[in-house]
Amino acid sequence: MEEFSLLTFIAVFEEMFGRALWWTLVGLAVVITLAWVYVLVRDRAVSWRKFLLAQLSMPVGAVAAVIFILWITSSGLRDIGGPIDVIVLLGVAVLGAVGLSILVYVAQSLLKKPQNES
Amino acid sequence: MPEQLDFNATRRGFFGLAAGGAALAAGTTAAQARRVRTSARIVILGAGAGGAAIANRLAGRLDGAQITIVDGRQQHWYQPGFTLIAAGLRPASYAISGTGDWLPRGVDWVQEYAAEIDPEANVVTTAGGRRLPYDYLIVATGLALDWDAIEGFSLDMAGPDTGISAHYAGPEYAEASWRALDRFTDQGGGGMFGRPATEMKCAGAPVKICFLAEDIASTKGNRGRCEFVYNAQAQNLFGVPVIHHRVRQIMDERDITYRYQHVLTGIDAGAKTATYRTPDGEVTDRWDFINVVPPQRAPQVVRDSGLAWADRWTDQGWIEVDMQTLRHARYSNVFGIGDINGVPKGKTAASVKFHLPVVEDHLVSEIAGREGTLLYNGYTSCPLITRIGRAMLVEFDYNDNLTPSFPGLVAPLEELWISWLMKEVALKATYNAMLRGRA
Repeated sequence: MEEFSLLTFIAVFEEMFGRALWWTLVGLAVVITLAWVYVLVRDRAVSWRKFLLAQLSMPVGAVAAVIFILWITSSGLRDIGGPIDVIVLLGVAVLGAVGLSILVYVAQSLLKKPQNES
Repeated sequence: MPEQLDFNATRRGFFGLAAGGAALAAGTTAAQARRVRTSARIVILGAGAGGAAIANRLAGRLDGAQITIVDGRQQHWYQPGFTLIAAGLRPASYAISGTGDWLPRGVDWVQEYAAEIDPEANVVTTAGGRRLPYDYLIVATGLALDWDAIEGFSLDMAGPDTGISAHYAGPEYAEASWRALDRFTDQGGGGMFGRPATEMKCAGAPVKICFLAEDIASTKGNRGRCEFVYNAQAQNLFGVPVIHHRVRQIMDERDITYRYQHVLTGIDAGAKTATYRTPDGEVTDRWDFINVVPPQRAPQVVRDSGLAWADRWTDQGWIEVDMQTLRHARYSNVFGIGDINGVPKGKTAASVKFHLPVVEDHLVSEIAGREGTLLYNGYTSCPLITRIGRAMLVEFDYNDNLTPSFPGLVAPLEELWISWLMKEVALKATYNAMLRGRA
């Protein structure tokens, strides 16, 4: 009623990271996602070999994301206290996994020329 | 008829991001509503959380208003961070910024303290003798910590050498308090905690530091060498009954002794004893570590102003505002924000967050020739830390009802990591956004 929640949300993240870092991170995420779309369009196919490596990176991304958030919040797995904690932690893991897999896929695609693959 | 502010939707905005569940639905922000043209003179007393935030909000809403903010303090303190500093999780600098960093352009900051408030003549006089006539006055002075009321105590005692903690006094004292707590949890002994008998800011904070101390001792493997005693001023550990029972249960589980109706009146730093007033007379106990939280009152300038309640909190001097509109009961051009308000609950930053739109609405509406509609329902919240890594997000209103922001999702009486996450990561950012009038 008295808030524009999206603006509040952005304002809070700007305060959390600092305006410059926050928008740099958002920009980075957008650039990587666009690069991913670009290589898909360029190659006109999903490269399953690259996708396999991307998938293999997923557990690494998941674990790294969880370790990172526990580290910055001075907490540990013993602090997980209820269902919502498990859900949020899994959410963090999924974000880390998907994020890293996209990054790995894009990196492979941009570093290597497209090849004929099955 | 005034309508109830939709607090639920707003709280979602406040805590939403940490839960990952922020409602991203569009609406209109108060700060971005149509600007009102006026030449009103508005004086804001205090440039803390309430004062800075309302200055930003009013600067965004009013066109041509002459807004003056009066505060001699150069440093702004993020007070919700004091507990984290006193638990060794953050340095003192975490809570320190500059008062001027938060004030909007176009607002005149008078860098002096107010010396006199005359609500009959509508004038504030500063310590330097400057007269500031006003059409509207917003009192956001915060409160005064009455350290002198603790006999034998002085702030310079705080630190590891004495074992005295005084984390309410400021960021540097909170850091000195951590050094005292660190040594106590290394060496063991008896630890005393408690709260004053007056109204106080963040009534959960004395409980939090007790829980944190117990947790830190346990993590160090020294729990067996430490004793913890929590001294409550009343016949409960927390004013809201359902939260009292939960806190008592946790203290039982963690072998923390609690005593009711024990009010600290004096300490002897040399003998390491503390004197408590109880219904059965005075009691003196020995300690190795003591966290001192003093009685809290309105600043003297407010107590002398005639704005205080005449028949309630007479030893404390909180101003007589309507508990829903936060407008003064006798001077309709005076409003209160934050700790200074004589209302039954909520001397917290979360309360400030919910005072702001109400005061803004009534003030701006009046200037625009309308009647304000928003009402404050007593909402306050306290991420009640129970150990490093876990907290209970307790939220409640005037009626002692729990008012969870995420019912069914974030349980208010459960010790959760997500609630800790909000305190640790999201709260300061949300607080800063609030100061800028953006949350």
